[in-house]
Amino acid sequence: MASATFRIWRGNKNGGEFKDYATEVAPGMVVLDAVHEIQATQAHDLAVRWNCKAGKCGSCSAEINGMPKLMCMTRLSTLPLNQPIKVEPMRSFPLIRDLATDVSWNYSVKTQIKPFRPRKPDTPDGTWRMAQADVDRVQEFRKCIECFLCQDVCHVLRNHHLHSQFIGPRFFVYAGALEMHPLDDENRLRELRDSQGIGYCNITKCCTKVCPEGIHITDNAIIPLKER
Amino acid sequence: MAEYQTHQHDVLVIGAGGAGLRAAVEASALGAKVGVVTKSLLGKAHTVMAEGGIAAALANVDSRDNWQVHFADTMRGGQYLNHPRMAQLHAQEAPARVRELEAWGALFDRTKDGQILQRNFGGHKYPRLAHVGDRTGLEMIRTLQDYGVHRGIDVQMECTILTLLKDGGRIAGAFGYDRERGHFRLFRAGSVVLATGGIGRAYKITSNSWEYTGDGHSLAYHAGATLMDMEFVQFHPTGMVWPPSVRGILVTEGVRGEGGVLKNKDGRRFMFDDIPPLYKDQTADNPEEGWRYTQGDKNARRPPELLTRDHVARCIVREIREGRGSPHGGVFLDIAWIKEKLPDAAGRIKKKLPSMYHQFKQLADIDITQEAMEIGPTVHYVMGGVRVDPETQMSDVPGLFAAGECAAGLHGANRLGGNSLSDLLVFGKRAGEHAAIFAKQNGATSVSEEQVEAAARRALEPFGRSSEEGPYQVQRDLQQTMQDLVGIVRREPELNQALGAIEKLRNRAQAISVEGNREYNPGWHTACDLYNLLTVSEAITRAALERKESRGAHFRDDYPAKDEKFAKVNLLIRKGAGGEMKLEQAPVPAMPPELAKIIEEMK
Repeated sequence: MASATFRIWRGNKNGGEFKDYATEVAPGMVVLDAVHEIQATQAHDLAVRWNCKAGKCGSCSAEINGMPKLMCMTRLSTLPLNQPIKVEPMRSFPLIRDLATDVSWNYSVKTQIKPFRPRKPDTPDGTWRMAQADVDRVQEFRKCIECFLCQDVCHVLRNHHLHSQFIGPRFFVYAGALEMHPLDDENRLRELRDSQGIGYCNITKCCTKVCPEGIHITDNAIIPLKER
Repeated sequence: MAEYQTHQHDVLVIGAGGAGLRAAVEASALGAKVGVVTKSLLGKAHTVMAEGGIAAALANVDSRDNWQVHFADTMRGGQYLNHPRMAQLHAQEAPARVRELEAWGALFDRTKDGQILQRNFGGHKYPRLAHVGDRTGLEMIRTLQDYGVHRGIDVQMECTILTLLKDGGRIAGAFGYDRERGHFRLFRAGSVVLATGGIGRAYKITSNSWEYTGDGHSLAYHAGATLMDMEFVQFHPTGMVWPPSVRGILVTEGVRGEGGVLKNKDGRRFMFDDIPPLYKDQTADNPEEGWRYTQGDKNARRPPELLTRDHVARCIVREIREGRGSPHGGVFLDIAWIKEKLPDAAGRIKKKLPSMYHQFKQLADIDITQEAMEIGPTVHYVMGGVRVDPETQMSDVPGLFAAGECAAGLHGANRLGGNSLSDLLVFGKRAGEHAAIFAKQNGATSVSEEQVEAAARRALEPFGRSSEEGPYQVQRDLQQTMQDLVGIVRREPELNQALGAIEKLRNRAQAISVEGNREYNPGWHTACDLYNLLTVSEAITRAALERKESRGAHFRDDYPAKDEKFAKVNLLIRKGAGGEMKLEQAPVPAMPPELAKIIEEMK
């Protein structure tokens, strides 16, 4: 069985360093498997967040060889194993420890967005009628697993730290999903412009590139919201 | 003296999956001050993994459906060990719970006339599962999460409960720690709702996440509540088997609902070879009829691939054991074959099963629109849990409620697919409602320092030890033990062997040491989890030993038939006065004549 080296960030808010761990590699393995193996055998206290291990919960976000990715969906066969694989936490959020970051800012941002407000029911029994085509249009946005990789990569947050004026790609997708919800009759456009900073996005499409769900964040969510 | 931060709530909900969030929303709507404690971040709970849909007799696709049929299907699937009143309430209230979700923003796939679309699923007579593609769980949890955050619910993320606290006989709160800093937290509450999910991490091959360590089961048991039906662990028939690192990850039953078929290495559809008498009249006897059923032909009967999960899983095990399995020790699940029947089959598969397509493409290099998947059984769900009152969801401990997977009663010996998401909504709501009422009616509680000190001491002990062994090896050995000795096919000598092994593992767990400090330390967390995992493992094993028959998800190789004697009993587990695990047989709840009549008519 082949072996590979993982160069993993160890540390907390006071500082840290990369440490190298060598581990065996088996067919089909993903980065999260290697991290777990290292945790179980060499570094019991290695902090890492994960849940479903199937790309559905968006917990195990990290930067692998500099690219924001889900550890559970990154196969070792896609990485150059002849050199150390660098695994570090998302750099746009405060570090808790090792690979776990404090993403609570995202949760508070969400509460600032006006909630879903449905139109009056279509029928006397209190239900609605919708066409599949209208449901399909918004499903792309509702696939979002809140991994926050798009927030991690966005230069407005990562380099310019405009967290207080800019809600980030995830929440443009979220606002877009509500705006395009077939039943919703709320209007969120003024806040998007005035206090949520959609104007700061200059369409570099970095968020779209890293989205593990393949959501066309820039083209389908941000640009249409800018143009409204 | 342990240091801790104190929180005060009327209702404390432990767990933030579908049941926990639904309970919190309801309790909050009744004016209670609600706290939710979750081991993970909000929105990451295991509910996101649910793929197939929510079972509710909306009758949008087949007007013959109604709550009575859903009730009868649920009881039949559970081999009549279910609590009939719970099955009745569930079938009656599920449609309203689904519609309510839509009013809160959930978007389901639609019928041609714009209503909520419903799909076929194993054991359900009519198309009954409201769904959105194959990511229904995500839609449900996101809807509840987003609705809940605007309701003033106090959510403590990444916080783990170590023990429940009591005031005399009554529940008084809970004690735990936050993962980020490792600080202790005391939650005082008028009532507590357990919504902690299942126990899959007691096994090696499971579709469950790290969180599924039986916390609610164990917390309730140690607080004096009764566990029931613990022998019934559901092996989902279709988990991924290759490559090794993805072994156990779920492949939705929706694949079979959309026309997917099971084949052995000889290409034979082996499910036609063994159709149980209870389902003979409802099952297609040829592939053509089965296909028509999946395509909505109301006169066709369902294909045998859509028999109940316990039966399908055992048939798969039989094929593998008898040498007719696939190269990596599973069997084949083929949806690609529908291209023989449909013009744009690949497009349809990608539309109906997008996350399955994605999952196989990315993790196994398999294009499911072109080739068959290799699948095998994986531990998926526990039917057993905390015994609760069907109306209120209160356990035997006053003020302690349980809902969702950690509660018992609705599913009996085997759960039907789709009945879990509806369970979360129906009984999450009821638990939240009655927990709020209980807290209001019964007023304040007090907590003794000794209880808190004992829990804190136990949690910190592993830091002080200098043992060679850490928590992970003990956890792995326990998972291997349960997989090998208390798995899908059980025998008395192996079950006895498992009890001995669990005892030894408990001794090892009490001697492990944890390295590092208290800040976000997964090793420490795993050490704390072991206490719960060992408790539920022992409960499953003892119950499996006691039930000397085969029924539903419980299969005894040494007692392969059903036994009338056991048809009328549930197995109860309680903690004895000396700390020992006590097991007793209790008669199943009486079936009211009007419900018996429904079952008779639907036979």
